[in-house]
Amino acid sequence: MEINKTAIAGTLESSDVQIMISKGTSGIQFEVESDVEKQFGDQIRQTVTDVLRQYDVKNADVKIVDKGALDMVIKARTIAAVQRALDIVDQPKWEVL
Amino acid sequence: MAQQAERLRRTMMFVPGNNPAMVKDAGIYGADSIMFDLEDAVSMSEKDAARYLVYEALQTVDYGDAELVVRINGLDTPYYETDIKIMVKAGVDVIRLPKVESADMMLQLEALIADAEKEFGHEVGSTNIMAAIESAEGVLNAYEIAKSSKRMIGIALSAEDYTTDMKTHRYADGQELLFARNMILHAARAAGIAAFDTVFTNMDDEEGFYRETKLIHQLGFDGKSLVNPRQIEMVNKVYQPTKQEIENAQNVVAAIAQAHAKGSGVISMNGQMVDRPVVLRAERVMRLAKAAHLVDEEGNNIEE
Repeated sequence: MEINKTAIAGTLESSDVQIMISKGTSGIQFEVESDVEKQFGDQIRQTVTDVLRQYDVKNADVKIVDKGALDMVIKARTIAAVQRALDIVDQPKWEVL
Repeated sequence: MAQQAERLRRTMMFVPGNNPAMVKDAGIYGADSIMFDLEDAVSMSEKDAARYLVYEALQTVDYGDAELVVRINGLDTPYYETDIKIMVKAGVDVIRLPKVESADMMLQLEALIADAEKEFGHEVGSTNIMAAIESAEGVLNAYEIAKSSKRMIGIALSAEDYTTDMKTHRYADGQELLFARNMILHAARAAGIAAFDTVFTNMDDEEGFYRETKLIHQLGFDGKSLVNPRQIEMVNKVYQPTKQEIENAQNVVAAIAQAHAKGSGVISMNGQMVDRPVVLRAERVMRLAKAAHLVDEEGNNIEE
């Protein structure tokens, strides 16, 4: 699936993560801002990548501002952001859940 | 019904569905029921995000023994059907429908839940439902609503909308809610389900909160909807049985055991026959005493 529009989900409050997805041209490109980047950066990228793969998104620029989110929050926010970016907010992709 | 009636539902804590910090910590306060809110606590633009957050939390967070409830958006909103599908897929214990005015609204909800249960391979009937009553119409139809479905576990009064509908507002003494509270309570009792009182939002008025909680405890409500975890302990304190009530209940339980041992169907205590309402009340006192950690699992006093 092609990302054609930029979408954001999540907030900058504690325990949350803000994920911005926009059109990309060379695979999944990350920009991660997190106090725990050293310990959890790879895991954060992996969680987001897994969700994008399930939507068959191959190219996207992803900006992540992590405020100490649990993995389940990262997953939930990524799903919301992708659904918004793909303009399918009203049609959840059940197999991803 | 018997099994449903046994569950303690003193406290139902509201948790805003789009707040990760509150969603992840909701289980640590000891609420009997946790109610994740997709309705009023979530802005229009975040309805989708809140659904996914609550969904993922229900998959991964351990909420212990708490009953997990989700308040979905009302039937007249575009979010209603998707809320139902996602929460059924998530395997939530109870779906709470706001602004219920008729049994038909619950039947419509039930039909959509059954469809979703089939679609996602869940056992049909595994998702329970409850109704929030928020208008004069709803109060007058409380009994048909309470009896509308086998899935019903309770009905709740929601006083903010109700008092507005009644052209009044909330007062400290609660007189304006007396009729609604009694209607809802009677409907719940007649249907064999739980009755929940409305929220009390002024966190600075501790005395007022205790006054209201003592009143609804006296009336016979199972418990109360809460907006702040601090209120859990306060409600539990009001519902905690007295030493004398516990002693009396222990005596009744002992008398039952004795009657069983003798193979007698008649239970007597101090030479008096103990009838069924007394037994039921004693059992409830013991459940409350266990929940308050005043007695152990066997019903023996815990030394202080």
